[in-house]
Amino acid sequence: MHALIAASSGATFPVLTALVVTPILGAVVLLLMPASRPEHFKQVAFLISAVVGAMSAWVMFEFETGAAASFQFVDRADWIEGLGISWALGIDGISLWLVVLTGALFPLAIVAINAEHTPKAYFSWILVLEAGCMGVFLALDLFAFFVFFEIVLVPMYFLIAQWGHGDRAYAATKFFLYTMFGSAFMLVGILATAFLTAAETGNALTFDLVEIAESQALATTTARWIFLSFALAFAVKVPLFPVHTWLPDAHTNAPTAGSVILAGVMLKLGTYGFLRFGIYLFPEAAVYFAPLMLTLGTIGILYGAIAATMQRDLKRLVAYSSVAHLGFIIIGTFALNTEGIEGGILQMVNHGVSTGALFLLVGMLYERRHTRQISELGGLQKPAPIFAAVFMVVMLSSIGLPGLNGFVGEFLTLIGAFAAHRWWAVVAASGVVIAALYLLWAYQRVFHGPAEGENATMKDLTLSEGLVMLPFLAAIVFMGVYPKPVLERMEPAVDALIAHVEANVDGFHEAEADELHPIELDDLEHLESDDADHGEGE
Amino acid sequence: MLEAAFLIPAFPLLGFLLILVFGRRLGEPAAGWLATGAMGASFVSALVVFFGLVAEDESERRFVQTLWEWVPAGDLAVDVGFFVDPLSVTMTLFITGVGALIHLYSIGYMHGDEDYSKFFLYLNLFAFSMLMLVLGDNMLITFLGWEGVGACSYFLISFWFTDEANASAGKKAFVTNRVGDWGFMVAMFLTFTAVGSIQYVDVFGNAGGLSESTATAITLLFFVGAAGKSAQIPLYIWLPDAMAGPTPVSALIHAATMVTSGVYLLTRVNPIIAEAAGWAPLLIAWVGVATALVAATIALAQNDIKKVLAYSTVSQLGYMFLAVGTGAYVAAIFHMVTHAFFKALLFLGSGSVIHGMDDDQDMRHYGGLRKLMPITSATFIIGWLAIAGVPPFAGFWSKDEILAHAWEENPALWAIGLITAVLTAFYMSRQVFMTFYGRYRFADVRPEEIEELWQVRVANAEAAVADAESGVGSAEEAVAKAAEKVDKAVEKLAQRESEMADADPSDEKAAEKAAKNLEKAGDGVEKARAGLVEATATVESAREEVAKAGAGVQAVANAAADSGGGVVLSILDEPDLGDLDEADLPEVARARREYHPHESPWQMTVPLVVLAAAAAVAGVMNLPFSSDLHFLDHWLEPSLFHNAVHLESGGATLWLLALVAIGGGAVGIAAAAAVYLKGRYPASKLELSIFARGWRYDEAITNFMGGPGRKGFDFVAWFDSTIIDGMVNGVGRVVRSGGGELRRVQTGLVRSYAAMVAIGAVGLLAWFLVRTTF
Repeated sequence: MHALIAASSGATFPVLTALVVTPILGAVVLLLMPASRPEHFKQVAFLISAVVGAMSAWVMFEFETGAAASFQFVDRADWIEGLGISWALGIDGISLWLVVLTGALFPLAIVAINAEHTPKAYFSWILVLEAGCMGVFLALDLFAFFVFFEIVLVPMYFLIAQWGHGDRAYAATKFFLYTMFGSAFMLVGILATAFLTAAETGNALTFDLVEIAESQALATTTARWIFLSFALAFAVKVPLFPVHTWLPDAHTNAPTAGSVILAGVMLKLGTYGFLRFGIYLFPEAAVYFAPLMLTLGTIGILYGAIAATMQRDLKRLVAYSSVAHLGFIIIGTFALNTEGIEGGILQMVNHGVSTGALFLLVGMLYERRHTRQISELGGLQKPAPIFAAVFMVVMLSSIGLPGLNGFVGEFLTLIGAFAAHRWWAVVAASGVVIAALYLLWAYQRVFHGPAEGENATMKDLTLSEGLVMLPFLAAIVFMGVYPKPVLERMEPAVDALIAHVEANVDGFHEAEADELHPIELDDLEHLESDDADHGEGE
Repeated sequence: MLEAAFLIPAFPLLGFLLILVFGRRLGEPAAGWLATGAMGASFVSALVVFFGLVAEDESERRFVQTLWEWVPAGDLAVDVGFFVDPLSVTMTLFITGVGALIHLYSIGYMHGDEDYSKFFLYLNLFAFSMLMLVLGDNMLITFLGWEGVGACSYFLISFWFTDEANASAGKKAFVTNRVGDWGFMVAMFLTFTAVGSIQYVDVFGNAGGLSESTATAITLLFFVGAAGKSAQIPLYIWLPDAMAGPTPVSALIHAATMVTSGVYLLTRVNPIIAEAAGWAPLLIAWVGVATALVAATIALAQNDIKKVLAYSTVSQLGYMFLAVGTGAYVAAIFHMVTHAFFKALLFLGSGSVIHGMDDDQDMRHYGGLRKLMPITSATFIIGWLAIAGVPPFAGFWSKDEILAHAWEENPALWAIGLITAVLTAFYMSRQVFMTFYGRYRFADVRPEEIEELWQVRVANAEAAVADAESGVGSAEEAVAKAAEKVDKAVEKLAQRESEMADADPSDEKAAEKAAKNLEKAGDGVEKARAGLVEATATVESAREEVAKAGAGVQAVANAAADSGGGVVLSILDEPDLGDLDEADLPEVARARREYHPHESPWQMTVPLVVLAAAAAVAGVMNLPFSSDLHFLDHWLEPSLFHNAVHLESGGATLWLLALVAIGGGAVGIAAAAAVYLKGRYPASKLELSIFARGWRYDEAITNFMGGPGRKGFDFVAWFDSTIIDGMVNGVGRVVRSGGGELRRVQTGLVRSYAAMVAIGAVGLLAWFLVRTTF
C-alpha cells in the first residue's frame, strides 16, 4: 500500500532527514567547541536553528499545494530490517505547518534568551529538542515516531531541572514521570498494533504507518483498546483534563525558552499524534470515542479558562490558558470534519505563535521586574507603552479577536464541532467569554492603573526585543487576515484523512452543513415577489 | 461607481496605518487632521457609492464586491467582501458623516492630551471596524467588525488608563459584549449548518427553506448578540460605565454608531426573522420597550450630564428594538439615523459644556450657561427638542412612527412607549434646565464644602466643651485640696488646744506661746475654710462654662440645621452659608468664583452646528403625510424584501396618536419646568434613590460576580490544585513510600533514565546513519 506515498517530488536532497539531523549535528558541534568563548554557543546554536528554519521554509514553498493527499519529500530507508522498522520521513498538509512552526520558533527562542549558566549544555539540549520535535512531526514509522516522542522528554527534563526556577526538580520530575507514564502505554499499543496487524494480514512485520493504517486489519474491540493506549499518551501531552496538572508546574518553573518551546511545539505532539496516529490508524475507535474526547476538550476549555482566571502568577495564568486553547484543538479534531480538523491544525500553529509570544513577553517582564506575581505589577503601560501595545496585540490574538490569527482557528474548530455535535460547541463557545475575562483582567492589573515603585521606571521594549517580537506580530496579523495559503495547503491531507475514516467506518459520514442552494444576486428579486405573495409582516 | 465601496473602509484603515507608523512624529494637530481627512474621504466615497446605487434601477440596487477569500475550509467559504445595498449604504453615510464631524470635534477636545495621536489611531481603527460591520457581505465580516468595534471601544473607554475606574469600565464593556458575541457566534454556526453558507446573499435566498424552529433559534441568538452590543436588558450595564471614555468617544461609539449595530444586525437578517415563530420578534419588542422604560426612569435621577445621556441612549435603543420587534424596520433605521444626529449632538454638546466648565460633569454645578456658551446651548436645545419629540424636529417623526407601529401590534406596547416618551421629555428638559437655564451655580459654595465648614465649627465648639470640662476637673481638684487643707488646719487647731490644756500655767512664757499658737491655728482654719468656699465657687463657674460651651455646640448645630448644613434641597435655592465666615472657605471654592466658563473652539462648535441642522430637518427622510414622502421606506425596500410591516391604521388614528405623543412630550417638558425652573414641586421626591441606583441591578450583578461567582471560580482552582493535582502527587507518594526516603533517589533515577533514553536514541540514530547511504 505504498500508493499513498508519492515519489518524493523529485528532490534529491533528503531535506526531511536534514531537518532532523542538522540540529543533532549542531548539538555535537556545540559539545566539541571550546568553553573559552561562551558567547559563541548562542551564535552557533542560532545559526544552526536558522538553517533548519530556512530548510523548513524551503519545504513550505516547494510543497505542492494542489497535490493529491500524499506525503511529499519522502525519505525512506530500512533501519532495523528484521523488525520491519524503517527510517521513513514524509510531510503532508497536516504536518507541514507544524514543521514550519518548529523551524521558526526555535531560532527565535534561542536568539531571544540568554542561557543563565552553562550555555554549552543549554543550547545543545535545545538543538536536541528541535531534532526530536521535527522527528515526531515527520516520522511515518511507528517505531521511529515513538523514539522521537521519547527523545524530546530528555532535553526538556534537563532544561527545566537545570535552568529552571523555583521548585524545578519537582516540576521536571513530575513532567518526566507523567509523560513517561503515558507513553509506556503507547509503547505497548505500538507493539500490539504492529504484531497483531502482521498476524491478521499474514504479511511481514512492519511498523510502517501508511501500510498499517491502510490495512485496517485489527478487530474493532482490539482497535479501540489500542486507541485508548495511544490516546492516554497523547492526552497527557496535550494536556487534556484531567491529566493536565504537570503543565502549570512545568511552565512556571521552566526557563523562558523552555516555556516557549513547550507551549509552542511540544504540546502539539499530542494533538498531532491524535490526528496522525489516533484517527488515521484507528478510525472506528476515533469515531466511537469522539463524544468522550469532545467532552474532555470542552471541559478543558472552560476548566482551563476558569483556573486561569484565579492564578496569581502571570506565567501560570498563561499556562492554564493553554489548557483552554488546546481544548479547542481537541474539539475541532474530533469533530471529524474538514472545518473542524483544519481549524484544529490552524489552532495548533496559532497557539504556538500566540502563546509562544506571550511566554516570551512574560519572560522579558520577569527579567525587568524579577517577579511574575500579578499583584506586584501595575500601571506598566505608562513607562512601557510599546511593550504594552505588543502584549495587547498578542493577548487579543489569544482572546480570538477576528482579524488576528487566533480567531480563524477558534471559529473553524467551533463551527466544525457544531456541525458534528452541536451542544458541545454551544458550551465550548462560552469559553471565549471567560478568555476575555481572564486576559483582560490580567492586562488591567499589570498594565493599567497607576504605576508605583519599580513599576514606574520599567524599561520599555528594546530594539532587539522588538525585532524578536516582530515575526510573531507579522504571523498574528497575516494569518488573521489571509489564512488561505495555510488552509489550502492542508485541505487535501485533511480531506484524505476524512475520506479514510469514511471508507473504514460503516455508517460514518463527515458532519457537514446542509447542502447549499447557490443563490445569485439576481435571485433576490424573485425572493421579493415570492414573499410579497404571502403577505407582509412577521 | 459602486466599485468604490471598498474605499469606504479603506480610508480609515489607511489613516490608522499611517498614524500607527508616523503618529509620534505627526503629533498634534497633524495626526488629528490626518484622521479627520481619512474620514472625510471615506464620507465622499460613501456618497459616490450612494449616488451610484441611486442611479441603479430600484430592483438592481444590490452589489457584491469580493476582495479575497478569507476563510476557505471545506464547505465553508467566507470572503472578504462587501454587500452594497440601500441598508448598508445608509449606515455608511451616517457613520462616515457623523464620524467625520466627531473626528473634527476631537481635534479641539483632545487638545493637549499626551496621547493625542493614539486617540486618533483608535478612532480611525474604530471607524474602519464599524464600516466593515455594516458593509460585510457575510456574517463573519460583520462579526469581524462587531468584535473590532468592541475592542476599540475597550481601548477608548480605558483611554485614560491610569485611573482604575476607567480601566475597569473598559474591561466590563468588552466582557459583557462577549456574552452577546457568544450568541452571535452560535447563530452563525446554526445558520451555516442549516443553509450551508453565511454569505448574506445565500442566506436571504435560502431563508424561506428554514424550519420555523431553526429560524426562531437563529433570531433569538442574534438577539442575544444584539442585546450585548446595543445595551438591552439584561446586558445594558456596561454602557453607563462606558462614559468613562473621552466624550467624543461617547458620542461616536456609545451613542451614534456602535451601539446601533444590534439594530442593524437584526434588520439585516430580516428574512430569517420573517421565518421565525411569531413570539420571537414579539419578545424583541417587549425587551426593547422594557429597556426603554427602565433606562428612562434611571435617567430621571442622574446628576452626571453624561450619565443622563447614557441611560437616554439605552432607552432610545429600546425604541429601536421595539420597532424591529414589531416589524417596523424602516422606523427602526429612521430612528437610528435621527438618533445618531441628535444624540451625537447632545453628547458633543455635553462635551463642550464639560470642556468649558473645567471638566466638571455634575449638572448641579451648572445653570445659566445659556448666555455663557451661546452656540453650545442653542444647538443643545435643538437636540433636546428633537429627542423630546417636539415637531418638526427629527426625533418626533421617527419616534411617532415607532409608536404607531407599537399601537398596531399591541396597545400595551404603545402605552409603555408613550410613558417612556413622557419621561424622556421630562429628563431631557431637566437636563437642559439644570444646565442652561436658572441660576449660574458654578461659583456657589458646594454643599459638601459648606458641610465641611460646619463640621469644623461643630468640632471647635465641641473642643470648647472639652476645654471647659477639663476646667471643671481642675477646679474640683482644687476643692478637694482646699478641703484637705481645712482638715489639716482643724487637726492643727485640736493639737494646739490640747497643747494649751497641757501647758504649765506657771510658765507664763510657754502659756503665752500656746495661746498665740492656738490663735494662729484658729486663723489657719478660717483661711482654709475661705479657700474651700472660693474653690467651690470656681467649680460652679467652671460648670457654667461647660453649660455655655454645650449651648454653643447646640447653637452651631442649630445654625447648621437652619441653613441646611450644606444639604441643598433644591438647585433653585442659593446655598445658605448661615453665619459662616467667608474667609474660611476653601481655596477651590474661591477659585471657582474667578472661573469664567467659555465657549469651545471652532473645531468643536462647527460639528455642533452641522449636527443641529441635521437634527432639525432629518425628519424629511420619511414624512408620514403621503406615500410619496416615505423616501426612506422606498429606499430601503430592496434590503427588506417586503418584510417590513406597513401601517394600516387610517389617517384619523395616526393623527390622534401623533397628537397624543405631542401632548405627552408637552406634559413632560411642562412638568420638568415646574420642578426645575419654578420649584413648584421638590425634585427630591422624583429623584428616588432606586432610580439613582439603577434599580440596583448593576449592584446585584457585581455582588453576584464578587460573591457566588467568585466562590465558584475559587472552587475550581481549589479543586484543581487539591483534588486533581493532589491525586497525582498522592500516587507519586504511594509509589515512593515503597522505597522509603526516595525523593532524591527518584530524581536520580529519572535523571539516569533520561540519560539512558538519550544515549539509546543517539545510538539508534548512529546505527541508522552508519547503515544508510543516501
